[in-house]
Amino acid sequence: MFAKGISIKELQLWYGDFHAVKGVSMEIDPKAVTAYIGPSGCGKSTVLRCLNRMNDLIENVRIEGEVTIDQQNIYAPQVDVYALRKKVGMVFQKPSPFPKSIFENVAYGLRVNGMRNKTEIADIVEKSLKGAALWNEVKDKLKQSALGLSGGQQQRLCIARAIAPNPEVVLMDEPTSALDPISTVQVEELMSDLKKHYTIVIVTHNMQQAQRIADKTAFFYVGYLIEYTDTQSLFNNPKEEKTQKYISGDFS
Amino acid sequence: MTAKHLTQAIVFGIFAAVSALVVAVISFLLYYIFSNGLSSVSWEFLTSPPEQDGLKGGIMLSIAGTLLLVFFSVLFAFPIGVLSGIYMNEYSRENAWKKMVRLMTNNLAGIPSIVFGLFGLALFVKAANFGASILAGSLTLAAMILPILIRTTEESLKQIPGDYRAASLALGATKWYTIRHVVLPSAFPNIISGLILGVGRIAGETAPIIFTVAASYLTQFPQSIFSQVMALPFTIYYMASSHPNLLEARPIAYGAAVVLLAIVLSLNLLSRLAVTQDKLGAVRYFLSIVFPPLGIALWAQYRTRKPVVANDCIFAAGVGGGLYTLLLFIQYLL
Repeated sequence: MFAKGISIKELQLWYGDFHAVKGVSMEIDPKAVTAYIGPSGCGKSTVLRCLNRMNDLIENVRIEGEVTIDQQNIYAPQVDVYALRKKVGMVFQKPSPFPKSIFENVAYGLRVNGMRNKTEIADIVEKSLKGAALWNEVKDKLKQSALGLSGGQQQRLCIARAIAPNPEVVLMDEPTSALDPISTVQVEELMSDLKKHYTIVIVTHNMQQAQRIADKTAFFYVGYLIEYTDTQSLFNNPKEEKTQKYISGDFS
Repeated sequence: MTAKHLTQAIVFGIFAAVSALVVAVISFLLYYIFSNGLSSVSWEFLTSPPEQDGLKGGIMLSIAGTLLLVFFSVLFAFPIGVLSGIYMNEYSRENAWKKMVRLMTNNLAGIPSIVFGLFGLALFVKAANFGASILAGSLTLAAMILPILIRTTEESLKQIPGDYRAASLALGATKWYTIRHVVLPSAFPNIISGLILGVGRIAGETAPIIFTVAASYLTQFPQSIFSQVMALPFTIYYMASSHPNLLEARPIAYGAAVVLLAIVLSLNLLSRLAVTQDKLGAVRYFLSIVFPPLGIALWAQYRTRKPVVANDCIFAAGVGGGLYTLLLFIQYLL
């Protein structure tokens, strides 16, 4: 058992009648990058959103199984879902900064958690922006609207916002699919820095990206976890026929 | 030119003519009211209470009454409208109850204003025994703008991207924290814009206040919210159609109409200023209502796909204003 990793056991999820996740079990290493790949609708994003219980917000969703973070099943009835989301940050596909200043965007998660001390907040905002490799670009315009930043900067701002409350896990749902190639490289470089401090799980459509950044890769197909192993073995020596077909591009 | 092109040219020509007609009607209406009423408007007219059944003095009490009614009806309706809108868009799930509330809201918006007047008379004036008073009148008006407020709040909230909500919730915020700190601040300009339009609407309503609050002639300020007040739309109605001396009363009616129009148009401008990033554009829009020539100039520029520049606007406003003054002057000479 991993002390700080994530353990998923027999996870099942239904949207209404649609069985979207079918008995997924996996152990996610702490302080490493784990990539989820697979064709659209394979359940990879759904599994990701189970890790901070974002699926709870969807109507008619039913979830069974266990997800253990820090030796606690996050689906146990007594779990405080707000505290959980403080521990498990998330970055979305589309950069989604709030229509607030750059500073306030990063400070948001701190204020949510009741932090009042101004110097403390300013310190953490600076640290988080540095952690997201954005500080040098924005340090002179912290008071300006975050919506004035470029797409790549906005996404790094969202990463800074996600790491400000000091989570243990950072979930990324196709974080570079809306970005240009240069911004994509910046975010990928950032991820290899971030994994020193955080457990990272990333959903990606881009197999090259998974190979560049992920320590381990999981391949999903129609709700099943087909294969999950070291990234190099998965891409060079896939055990399953479906994986083989998918990574060679021979897939409907 | 082929037959297809010809048909297209004819159809677009008809569209252009129809929209020009709309501009013409509104321009004529504004011109007519302003040319008849502007001569009555003076500093004294705006700041003195009426004398001799409204024929002398000014319309200060009507202006004050309208402002009081607007103030109190917003006070009653705004919190209820915004909270219902939030409930409808953020909390309620798509179920029978929500459909019911939406149906009722839409029905409320479709009720003729005179029916609101009767409803106010029955409920607030008689049953609640408030008498004809500011309280009864503003409650009636509040019921009238309520559906506007609920709908604009709901629509404004709907425009806020779901990404904002998801991002906030993913940071451990509760639903209410998310609404208060992310959703509402982003939606607020639109909500305020809806409120101002609603205010413009009730500031000009006559029917709901006839039975519930409006007096045709008073000489002093209302003493409490249980007093009657004069109000601009009712003053116009009274001076234009019910006054014993209609001939002498008519210029006062036109003057009051100018003031009411000015208030409503200014509110319209304000509501645009509240939402737009393009403050200059909003001012331009407002000016083109007041000075139709400016609107036409802007339209002509739009047609030629040239970017509209501030200098042209000032020039057009100058020409429009000049023409306008000239028209008024001719009217005065005649």
